[in-house]
Amino acid sequence: MESIAQREAAILEDFSFFDDWMDKYEHLIALGKELSPMSEEQKVEENQIKGCQSQVWLCAREEEGRVFFDADADAIITRGMIALLLRPVQGQAPVDIASYEFGFLDPLGLTAHLSPTRANGLLSMVKQIRLYGVAFQAKRG
Amino acid sequence: MTQLEHHSNLVPWQMLAQHTGATLRYVPIDGRGVLDQAVYQSLLNERTKLVAFNHISNALGTINPVKAMTAAAHAVGAVVVVDGAQALPHSHVDVQDLDVDFYAGSAHKMYGPTGVGLLYGKTAWLETLPPYQGGGEMISEVAMDQSSYAGLPHKFEAGTPNIAGVIGWGAALSWMQQVGLEAIEAHEQALLAYGTERLLAIPGVKIYGVAPEKAAVLSFNVAGVHPYDVGTLLDQMGIAVRTGQHCTQPIMDCFGIPGTIRASLAAYTSREDLDALARGLEKAIALLA
Ligand SMILES: Cc1ncc(COP(=O)(O)O)c(C=O)c1O
Repeated sequence: MESIAQREAAILEDFSFFDDWMDKYEHLIALGKELSPMSEEQKVEENQIKGCQSQVWLCAREEEGRVFFDADADAIITRGMIALLLRPVQGQAPVDIASYEFGFLDPLGLTAHLSPTRANGLLSMVKQIRLYGVAFQAKRG
Repeated sequence: MTQLEHHSNLVPWQMLAQHTGATLRYVPIDGRGVLDQAVYQSLLNERTKLVAFNHISNALGTINPVKAMTAAAHAVGAVVVVDGAQALPHSHVDVQDLDVDFYAGSAHKMYGPTGVGLLYGKTAWLETLPPYQGGGEMISEVAMDQSSYAGLPHKFEAGTPNIAGVIGWGAALSWMQQVGLEAIEAHEQALLAYGTERLLAIPGVKIYGVAPEKAAVLSFNVAGVHPYDVGTLLDQMGIAVRTGQHCTQPIMDCFGIPGTIRASLAAYTSREDLDALARGLEKAIALLA
């Protein structure tokens, strides 16, 4: 399986083909459309991420030392964003997820132009993903 | 209260009601975003202590009939407190003619700085009310056991005021007067009509807030699209709109929507800005389709 670093490099490479914001957002929208929707039972308040302008849900399970995430959102760009955030961490070990910095966000310019409320939403998603890493790490002892 | 309020004209009354045991009652809005005056009348009785509502809705633009609503409240002996945050920048307000007891406004809605605002009150009320904060500059005599308070307005201005903010606001107000409140209102009303026409020409656009008396704000959604998505794309195009609930969750709940996209028009807005909004919106819809 590819490591977090390898997947991050792949994301950066994908985005390197885009010249302007429209291409980037078209890609995000496409990612949002591809993300398989969560079941309605998973879209409960305890899985909801606070601090986002749209509704976002995230949950995770551990299988044989690997963490698998499910996510959804009611806005398509937000779905694309969470799909992108999950790409490097999907199926990785809790310890790697817990300390992952999501270093691709800044070079992609996806944080620079966000208004504070939008940036907060992104930060909340990042935090919640890491938190799952920490929680599963603690559970394994 | 009404269903049309900004959270800042709901939450303080909820806190007060919790403190005093008062009951809050709400006047609902109809599908156009207009207050139901029949319900308002039916809610008023001799037990009504205070009526609070906004002059103009920040989310929908509805202009409320303040003078008539005030007269009706006074007829049952209730105090009237009006949130004028959106009326002061968009219209000419005469608090004496409206006969309201209290009227509030915010400098940052009037081309001024943040952190400073105003509360108008009838002299008789202001003389009756005790100070709400204690400190320097609000007293006439201070002894070790008690103090007597200074006259109006100092009684309500404890401590060092926001001097820079007030001076900045003064400059903004002079500018507004120079341009002319009537001129600003006429300019905005013309833009409102033009913007409404431009937006409604785009398939799928629905405007929220279609009161016959309406101020210069365009709150809308696009069928099948989340307002946040549209806002994000317009943002990338350099078009400034606000998306979300606009601090008016009860209104959004009433329409059963997560929020709206809102373009606020002001003295500096032009027809070209509205053309850019319409073009940008078409582009955003195409990207999201
Ligand atoms: C109608 C209305 N009332 C109240 C407020 C609150 O103003 P402030 O945040 O300055 O207290 C606003 C704007 O935020 C508003 O639009």
